[in-house]
Amino acid sequence: MLNEKKTLKEEKRKFLRNDLLLCAALIIVAVIIFLVFILGAEKGNCVTVLVDGEEKATYSLNVDKTIKLDAEDGNYNTLVIKDGKVYVSDATCPDKICVSHRAISKVGESIICLPHKTVVSITSK
Amino acid sequence: MNSKTKKVAFLGLLTSFALVLSYIELLLPPVISGVPGIKIGLPNIIVIFLLYKASLKEAALVSLVRIVLITLLFGNFVTFLYSLAGAAFSIAIMFVLKQIKAFSTVGVSIAGGVAHNLAQICVAIFLLETVQIAYYAVVLIVSGVISGTLIGLLGAMSVKYIEKIKLPF
Repeated sequence: MLNEKKTLKEEKRKFLRNDLLLCAALIIVAVIIFLVFILGAEKGNCVTVLVDGEEKATYSLNVDKTIKLDAEDGNYNTLVIKDGKVYVSDATCPDKICVSHRAISKVGESIICLPHKTVVSITSK
Repeated sequence: MNSKTKKVAFLGLLTSFALVLSYIELLLPPVISGVPGIKIGLPNIIVIFLLYKASLKEAALVSLVRIVLITLLFGNFVTFLYSLAGAAFSIAIMFVLKQIKAFSTVGVSIAGGVAHNLAQICVAIFLLETVQIAYYAVVLIVSGVISGTLIGLLGAMSVKYIEKIKLPF
């Protein structure tokens, strides 16, 4: 009876250890997938500007540059290319979401200014 | 009453219980708004109970009937595919893990929860024809572990406390 209790306790401990190992393994897999998607994204070499769905211009990421993107009614977004990254430094849009967006550099990333119907996205050519 | 009749009645009872749990889950607001796919998986309590107390056959049967009924009541063909893939894969994984006797009910349930979510991601990749959403596996693995733990604890309790009732299998 005592022995039985002991083996039951041991089994419980083994189960708990295996459960925790399983959890740890799953979390590690999740972290790896996360890192693969974050780090694995290809660095782009071009930035494409779309206004109202139309491609307006493409600039190289290798040349540091400041570009004024004109929108309707004298509005504008100021696009800055620096060290292979792109960000919007200034804009006349009311929400300024594009200005607060972090700098982008990987293929597929984009900064969108809805009020000016402007999409700036990283491409690879 | 012969044992077969008893068994049919009991499985019917559990199916309706699972159906109610499914319905309750439909009524609950999303756990995190704007992040779809995170669910507790309440009906899985029944699956775990049946896996441990009856067998694979009963667990699979009750799940299948529940999914067909919930689809007829509230779903469509697409939700049917998602549910079926999730349930089939999670029951298969839980059955295997239970058989190898290396994990507790909680471990088995965690594996089931994650398997359910991953199967649904595969269906989404197939239906939407894009591999991009695979990144969502991160969210769903973590949510699968958390909800699996919860359901595993509840399942273990149900297995433990329903010991006293004489089951027809």
